[in-house]
Amino acid sequence: MECVFGMVGKGFALVVADTSAVNSILVHKSNEDKIMILDSHKLMGASGEAGDRAQFTEYVQKNVSLYQFRNGIPLTTKAAANFMRGELATALRKNPYMVNIVLAGYDKETGPSLYFIDYIATLHKVDKAAFGYGSYFSLAMMDRHYHPDMTVEEAIKLAEQCIEEIRSRLVVAPQNFVIKIVDKDGAREHSWRRTTKD
Amino acid sequence: MARYDRAITVFSPDGHLFQVEYALEAVRKGNAAVGVRGTDTIVLGVEKKSTVKLQDSRSVRKIVSLDDHIALACAGLKADARVLINKARIECQSHRLTVEDPVTVEYITRYIAGLQQKYTQSGGVRPFGLSTLIVGFDPYTGVPSLYQTDPSGTFSAWKANATGRNSNSMREFLEKNYKETSGQETIKLAIRALLEVVESGGKNIEVAVMTKEGLRQLEEAEIDAIVAEIETEKAAAEAAKKGPAKET
Repeated sequence: MECVFGMVGKGFALVVADTSAVNSILVHKSNEDKIMILDSHKLMGASGEAGDRAQFTEYVQKNVSLYQFRNGIPLTTKAAANFMRGELATALRKNPYMVNIVLAGYDKETGPSLYFIDYIATLHKVDKAAFGYGSYFSLAMMDRHYHPDMTVEEAIKLAEQCIEEIRSRLVVAPQNFVIKIVDKDGAREHSWRRTTKD
Repeated sequence: MARYDRAITVFSPDGHLFQVEYALEAVRKGNAAVGVRGTDTIVLGVEKKSTVKLQDSRSVRKIVSLDDHIALACAGLKADARVLINKARIECQSHRLTVEDPVTVEYITRYIAGLQQKYTQSGGVRPFGLSTLIVGFDPYTGVPSLYQTDPSGTFSAWKANATGRNSNSMREFLEKNYKETSGQETIKLAIRALLEVVESGGKNIEVAVMTKEGLRQLEEAEIDAIVAEIETEKAAAEAAKKGPAKET
């Protein structure tokens, strides 16, 4: 029942993820941060098998750092996306990572970008993306209301509408959501949408 | 004696590992490098050869970052340095991945020294021909550290040290003039030590300053300004020495 979605706006990209950690019928915690800050200008929302999620995202983050130390400049979002896809593809026919990723980044030359990377190493550059059962509702909402070059306020409003839709229509909807944003000033947490305190 | 320096794995009768000592010779021929530890700042300075006019100096960075809070300068074979630095950078990230914590300065120094030692005890390989100066702040205690490693694989912590060409003169100078400093004073002490053996001027020295915020490479203009300050201080000291003598 994990929900991750994201969209590109004017000069920024947004990633929203639920924050529940669930095992069968038990909710371990409702404040699990699934959106990793890869480097100063990249965000990675990940959903899927919890162990694989942590392992893969941390591995990618350290390799992105290593690239920066070796070469003196950070990876572009496109390069990071392709690196991730390559790692997923290599592992696919041996021991696949069951992780779905929405990668958002801001590059000085090309502006904001969003990448859809699923667990069988599909890579698409997109304006809006979503994973999980919540995607049925959030994608529909975004298809209806998204337009290019939205402001931050408009995008947040759309994200809230998606969250509202997930909460009301998904049978076991996650309780809390976190919104993170990346723009020219860097990647950072924007806000939470809670129904429970944890 | 010639029989005992062919292979690294052979001790000489009087207990020397000649290949290691020859590696130390290579270090002594490398360019001068100095490191000074202050209370809130650690400074690394390296000699830059100014004879190469057509070379793009930005591609030759002699003081490198290993991680956000660790920097390294070295003297000796620069190609060997590239290999060691690459391995150290990987280890810094690998450590963060496995234990979710940044390396301490001592840990990464021990790692680099361990690598250098490995190559003194294997067949068919030669030691790394460089000594490193490793600086950084402990990520938990915030204590600044300066370490030195050499081709034999030994390492130790220092308040201030020098390696490479004319390192003995620089070390002597530091022993005479070292005191606990902070901020700009630490930078000045490091540059003064380097100026003992290097031609004066910003284009002959590369200086980097490590603070809790991270590593900062000084611009040529900044270095020139500090060098000018040092020269005026020196001239004033000389004049003061001569001054009182005249009065009596």
